[in-house]
Amino acid sequence: MKRLFPIFAFITAALLSFALYEALIGAPTEQTMGDVQRIFYYHVSSAWTAFILFFINFVASIQYLVRKNDSSDRITNWIVIALGVITCIAAYVVHLPQGIEKSSIASTGISVIALYFLVRKLFSPDNVDALAVTTAEVGVVFCTVVLITGPLWARPVWGIWWAVGDVRLTSTLVLWLIYVSYLLLRKFSNSGQTPKIAAALAIFGALDVPLVYFSIWFFRTQHPQPVIGDGGEIDPRMLHVLLLNWLAFSCFAVMICWARYRLEILKREVEETLALESLLEEPRSIR
Amino acid sequence: MSLLSGLLGNIAAATLSKDVRLEWRSKDAINSMLFFALLVVVIFSFSFDPNAEESRRIAGGLIWVGFLFAAVVALNQTWARELRNQVLDAYRVSPAPANSLFLAKALGNFIFVCVLEALMAPLFILFYNLRALGPGWQLIPIALLGTWAIVVNGTFFAALSIRTRSREIMLPLLLFPISIPALLAMVEATTDVLSGEYSARFWIALLMAYDVVFTIASLFLFETVLHAE
Amino acid sequence: MTQNNPIVTVNSLIKQFGRFAALRGVTAEFAPGMLYAILGGNGAGKTTLLRTLAGLSEPTRGTVSVLGSSNIRAICHRLGYMAHPSLLYDEMSGMENLRYFAELYGIKNDQRCAAAIRSVELDPELSRAVGQYSQGMRQRMSLARSLIHDPELLLLDEPFSNVDMRSTRDMVKLLVGLRESGKTIFLVTHQASLLEGVADEFVWMEAGKIVNRTRDLQYAQEAQ
Repeated sequence: MKRLFPIFAFITAALLSFALYEALIGAPTEQTMGDVQRIFYYHVSSAWTAFILFFINFVASIQYLVRKNDSSDRITNWIVIALGVITCIAAYVVHLPQGIEKSSIASTGISVIALYFLVRKLFSPDNVDALAVTTAEVGVVFCTVVLITGPLWARPVWGIWWAVGDVRLTSTLVLWLIYVSYLLLRKFSNSGQTPKIAAALAIFGALDVPLVYFSIWFFRTQHPQPVIGDGGEIDPRMLHVLLLNWLAFSCFAVMICWARYRLEILKREVEETLALESLLEEPRSIR
Repeated sequence: MSLLSGLLGNIAAATLSKDVRLEWRSKDAINSMLFFALLVVVIFSFSFDPNAEESRRIAGGLIWVGFLFAAVVALNQTWARELRNQVLDAYRVSPAPANSLFLAKALGNFIFVCVLEALMAPLFILFYNLRALGPGWQLIPIALLGTWAIVVNGTFFAALSIRTRSREIMLPLLLFPISIPALLAMVEATTDVLSGEYSARFWIALLMAYDVVFTIASLFLFETVLHAE
Repeated sequence: MTQNNPIVTVNSLIKQFGRFAALRGVTAEFAPGMLYAILGGNGAGKTTLLRTLAGLSEPTRGTVSVLGSSNIRAICHRLGYMAHPSLLYDEMSGMENLRYFAELYGIKNDQRCAAAIRSVELDPELSRAVGQYSQGMRQRMSLARSLIHDPELLLLDEPFSNVDMRSTRDMVKLLVGLRESGKTIFLVTHQASLLEGVADEFVWMEAGKIVNRTRDLQYAQEAQ
């Protein structure tokens, strides 16, 4: 395990460098926006990475709460499978608005199931909380990148720093706010029950996300706003560069999460050892 | 009382009537809250000139921001009486279900905040010469649904905050981000009704969905939070 | 409840608050129908033990079984809890407080509330708010609250703290009566002498462990 990390780090560095080259030089220049558009590769990759990290946090939070006893664990497993299956079926049965592929919805359903059980397999019920902290922190970092690159892109191209009605950007801002409040809650709570109450907040946050999306989406139908980012079709060459950047960013995220997770586990081990020590030693009598 | 018991269950009804009785008796919180509500309206009217045409357009937003701040001050008091003398322990030790306590507290807060709104709204109407150009009756479901949205999450997060340091600041920190979709809905719906430009129906539907989702989530998770020690 | 089954069993009970271990491995059995006095210095773990038995605190490790059940929420209607804070609403009268807490146990009987108040030598008609009671009256009312549902097991944490002698003597008399009627009582106190000749057993705790259990007060508190 220890040797794997430097190798992985090296691969990640190589990927990032190559992705950087492709983004800045290799990719074709956008017609209307010019070179400024290249920030798009960072903006979108960070966004996807952040969303996946936050989703893993959601999964980890649920698992922390349900894996404490067997019956709730089993019930949740079945619910997850059921939801995934329903999503897949619905993708092919329900009439979808244009622009959304049936296969992407179905694959989302399947990957949700896969991710849930992958987390379940890889992380014990005790460690799942460390995963939650890790993904929340790293997710906030990537989310911050999205929120910084967004206005940096918007200003030269559309002349405004921010558009409240931009669904993606504003939803990302709200998600960022929710997770910053999550991190603050973790920081300020009295350590005993932090994982439980943080998990409750994460679930609330996750439930909020679709509501945020819909509310802003409807807001813009009443208040026409410029859209930051590409509206529709994307040049296949650009798509390749985007996917490459996303892969590089994902590897980078995995690397950082790995390091942070190890740090968290070690911290907890130290705490436990110190706690065990205080358990075993005879304290001086208190008079 | 027995109608209340029938609707809410005995324990929730008893808790709610106890809270209302205690609030009525002491009138501490009510008086200071009412005055605070008045101050908010007055300050807003100084900051956002009521005569300007723009101000009337943003009145929907102003009202709800005012309500939100007044609500936070009220919500911070939710568990104050239970924390004194560790009364919460007496509740936890009893067989009473956690949800009954939550429901009673949320409803108590709901009534309280509605009272505040009933005071603030006429003042806003007065200061800003508000008229509903759209269907005015819709303002009632908007107000009720919107208030419940703030209160249900506020009561839950107030309970979360019990287990933290800096309790009073923790509540708005947690409440505001999650409430953004509801807040947007309330403001837009109110503006739509006042201006008569659009239909507020979608926003009302969104508020209903928000209320249902978070009421269920709160009832589900409250037991965990109450017994977290 | 047969005389042979222990009413409370704890096994290697450990409770840690971060690095501080409040209970460091408590193993014991307690028979029903007895009055146990739990004694020890500050930080000995007495309050933590009581709170764990009441279901207010989850053990970090080890097991607890109260009234035959390891899930304390399942039998919580059969136990009563009292602590140094009064667990009462300062703004209501004694009767109003009891009426409310009785409701939590599904009891809607004013006579029972009045009887409980009378049993602690207080007046059910007293309309004064509990916040204006003396400490002695408050603790007595708190005891009444913990008795309202006629529990089999009573967990009392420092009920006599800052209480005047007369109230204390009255409460001890009441507790003896309750013990005679078959209830089991766990009483945490600093004032061991109050229970001399009254308690069936003295449980001595120190540094998160039970160090001795004696029938009388002759045990010295220094660790051996």
